[in-house]
Amino acid sequence: MQAFIKAVSYYLPENKLTNAELSALFPEWGVEKIANKIGIDTRHIAAGDQFASDMAIAAAQQLFEEHNVNPAEINFILYCTQSPDYFLPTTACIIQDKLGIPVKAGALDFNLGCSGYVYGLALAKGLIAAGIATNILLLTSETYSKFIHPKDKGNLTIFGDAAAATLVSTEGFAAIGNFELGTDGKGAGNLMVKQGAIRYPEKSADTVQDGYGNEQSPGNLHMDGPEIFAFTSKEIPALITDTLKKNGVSKADIGQFILHQANQYMLEHLRKKMDIAPENFYIYMANVGNTVSSSVPIALYEAMKEKPVQPQAKWLLAGFGVGYSWAGTVITFI
Amino acid sequence: MNIEKFVSEFADQFDDLDTSAFTPETLFKENDEWSSMTALSVIAMVDDSYAVRLTGDDIRNSKTIQQIYDIVLAKSN
Repeated sequence: MQAFIKAVSYYLPENKLTNAELSALFPEWGVEKIANKIGIDTRHIAAGDQFASDMAIAAAQQLFEEHNVNPAEINFILYCTQSPDYFLPTTACIIQDKLGIPVKAGALDFNLGCSGYVYGLALAKGLIAAGIATNILLLTSETYSKFIHPKDKGNLTIFGDAAAATLVSTEGFAAIGNFELGTDGKGAGNLMVKQGAIRYPEKSADTVQDGYGNEQSPGNLHMDGPEIFAFTSKEIPALITDTLKKNGVSKADIGQFILHQANQYMLEHLRKKMDIAPENFYIYMANVGNTVSSSVPIALYEAMKEKPVQPQAKWLLAGFGVGYSWAGTVITFI
Repeated sequence: MNIEKFVSEFADQFDDLDTSAFTPETLFKENDEWSSMTALSVIAMVDDSYAVRLTGDDIRNSKTIQQIYDIVLAKSN
């Protein structure tokens, strides 16, 4: 059985963090100039009492409403987050109940970041191909804002909170092609929240400089941006080439490349390196920032909204980051 | 490659700082503009101009532009 993307919706929390606000918080820092380089004007930030599961539920409800989807038809929930409500139970179980999805549905969480959406499509396709499920609700939701130290201007500038909901089914608007996946755990420490889980349960109060003027504690989000950039410029052009090869297509066959919206500077570097024309390389992050696992579905949604997609058009989706973990696929519009 | 050209390309990654006095011995982190974004720009510049992959550690372990230049030189051979 073939797998298709049937519907996509997303949710942004109401609270915003603008460049002007960041500039007021860090007056000595050229926020405007840096934000301009990374292509971000505003990020949405979850409220204090709003959690990733709440946003995932809001995104799912938006999907039900916008695309006339009946929750009773869903027979599997895949929930991608690194901000679970509890160590246990699996947040997807709580989501099943709150959304009124049948008790006969399967549900599980998987912990991935920027590669998570494409991995989710791979898992959903596998469930369909194996005849295990027919209507899969793939949710991605992240609240990195809750991990970031209040004085960590770098990460505050980049990340925004968001959730997205995608229905993967036996029919839909785009067929899901073949996948190229990758993992390199040697990079684990370069994007990490070290404390607060089982290995290091106590969160220390002392802050350390990250070497670039950002303050963090080991219980906060740590990202070695330059190291991640170096990893990306090495692995992602190969990921794109291999994804094309696996789908039997060439660069010229791809109408839109939709990569994880890490930051515009990095994306532009990759685009030029891979010699892709700007009109074939979609960027959508000015109003949302880097939304981790929701960046690809948000960009996909916005790109489709921008202009009608021709039947048979092929778009390449790719995610990469924390892990390190990366994934690519090609979707073909019906 | 030569060091004068490299110093000038390195200096181009700064927007606000007066880099006219940059020399191979300049301690490039000892200024207000140095940030992870500048580090990232240096990695991008070296990738574009010299097809060499600098790592975050290469930057972290260096103090002077000369030290970065030496790493690029070593990696390009």
